Amino acid sequence: MKKVLILGAGTAGTIMANTLSRKAGKDWKVTIIDQSEEHYYQPGFLFMPFGVYTEKDVVKPRRKYLPGRAEYRQAKIDRILPDENKVLLEGGREEPYDILIVSTGCDIAPDEVEGLTGADWRKKSHDFYTFEGARRLAAAMKDWKGGRLVINIAEMPIKCPVAPLEFAFLADWYLNKTGMRDKTEIVYTTPLSGAFTKPIASAILSHLLDEKQIKVVQDFSIGEVDNENHKILSWDQREVEYDLLVSVPPNMGSSVIDRSDMGDELNYVPTNRDTLQAKAADNIFVIGDATDLPTSKAGSVAHFEAEVLTENILAYMKGEEMEERFDGHANCFIESGNGKGFLLDFNYEQEPVPGHFPFPHVGPFKLLGESRINHLGKLAFKYVYWHMLLKGYPIPLVDHKMSYLGKKVPQKAG
Amino acid sequence: MPSKEIAGTTIDVNEEGFLTDRSQWNKDVAAALASEEGIELTDEHWKVIDFIESDYAEKQAIPGMRRMNKVGGIPTKDLYRLFPNGPIKKAARISGYPKPASCV
Repeated sequence: MKKVLILGAGTAGTIMANTLSRKAGKDWKVTIIDQSEEHYYQPGFLFMPFGVYTEKDVVKPRRKYLPGRAEYRQAKIDRILPDENKVLLEGGREEPYDILIVSTGCDIAPDEVEGLTGADWRKKSHDFYTFEGARRLAAAMKDWKGGRLVINIAEMPIKCPVAPLEFAFLADWYLNKTGMRDKTEIVYTTPLSGAFTKPIASAILSHLLDEKQIKVVQDFSIGEVDNENHKILSWDQREVEYDLLVSVPPNMGSSVIDRSDMGDELNYVPTNRDTLQAKAADNIFVIGDATDLPTSKAGSVAHFEAEVLTENILAYMKGEEMEERFDGHANCFIESGNGKGFLLDFNYEQEPVPGHFPFPHVGPFKLLGESRINHLGKLAFKYVYWHMLLKGYPIPLVDHKMSYLGKKVPQKAG
Repeated sequence: MPSKEIAGTTIDVNEEGFLTDRSQWNKDVAAALASEEGIELTDEHWKVIDFIESDYAEKQAIPGMRRMNKVGGIPTKDLYRLFPNGPIKKAARISGYPKPASCV
């Protein structure tokens, strides 16, 4: 019997374990390894600081979402040995494989910014990219007495690149509700030269920041946190004081990748953007946040990639050509506060533009426009995630290939 | 697309002053582009430009700050000293490459 080994049981790894268990046939055994018992619904972390979701909404046992036919092993991974087709686990155990799927994700690396994990960390400065961070930030928001709330993105790329903006919009909404908005200055500091990475979306979202009186400090590349005087300093000598710092630290791939010497400078694995095969070896595939692909690190991307990768791996198992191509498709709801939201739909080639989704003129979702149904779509996504997406079922009406239907793509001059 | 006379040659640039055809780039063009930014190129600057050139050949992308540190061995502090206000963008322009694509 041959073996597919999956490293990491997050969104991408769990989907792959489910689809391959169903489709690979009885000649293949699927094994999935992860170091922890809990599966987190990471998009839910954003809502915890504002009391919209509680801890119960975002954490469930991993086992419940993994297929009975797959073998699940809880263990820490030491390193991958691609030349020997095996993986070393901590404690010396070895796992051989015929096909390896790397879905080890990415995580925040607050130690990469000088002073970020200093005296203010988890007191006056928090993250919302981890369960613990979101939990602490919820307490800080509850106790908030006004002052300057500073959001900082340390460097790109980050998981879910719209999340910091959503945090700003939701903070504005939440503080209005609690009556503290008048006593709060919200400052958004970013290393980008605008609100977002893509020009058309950036212009529209900048306008929304203005409307909500959220001050933007752009081209701000953080060099240091001064815990004593509670301020962040940029490399070009600018400083911003904070009473509460909401930090998005550098995001990095897993240390497993570093130990295996398989990553780039951020521990992301060089990956073929079409087939999702690792550049280092034919029988290694990479999916989700672990790749170095130029698209968003997001659950929707992992889901679209999984549809492509399942077909490609099935072809590879049979010794056939891998014909499916990933186009970089991402589909992201953006919470904009006050029960409204935006929807972005884009890929490697096409930046997000206004329009309707999935049906032209009808929607019901509005692309790059604010609406209540977009917000409801985002909330409904929690149900879809736990009940459909992790199981690897296709999401109705949303194909892994991005559709141009309903998109208002500006004509390029000349 | 505007073209302009610089360092004795004609170069094609985009609206933001980035070269659109790198074959038009040479050391004199680099020096002229640098002086537009108020920078006089030294050996330290050339170490950065050389790294961008070799890394671009390998990756078809302008290295980010972290890659400059880790792979190129150039500390961030030095980059800000050598190319003040937006070092990556400035170094890319002087090196004759397109404006670094913003990540996603």
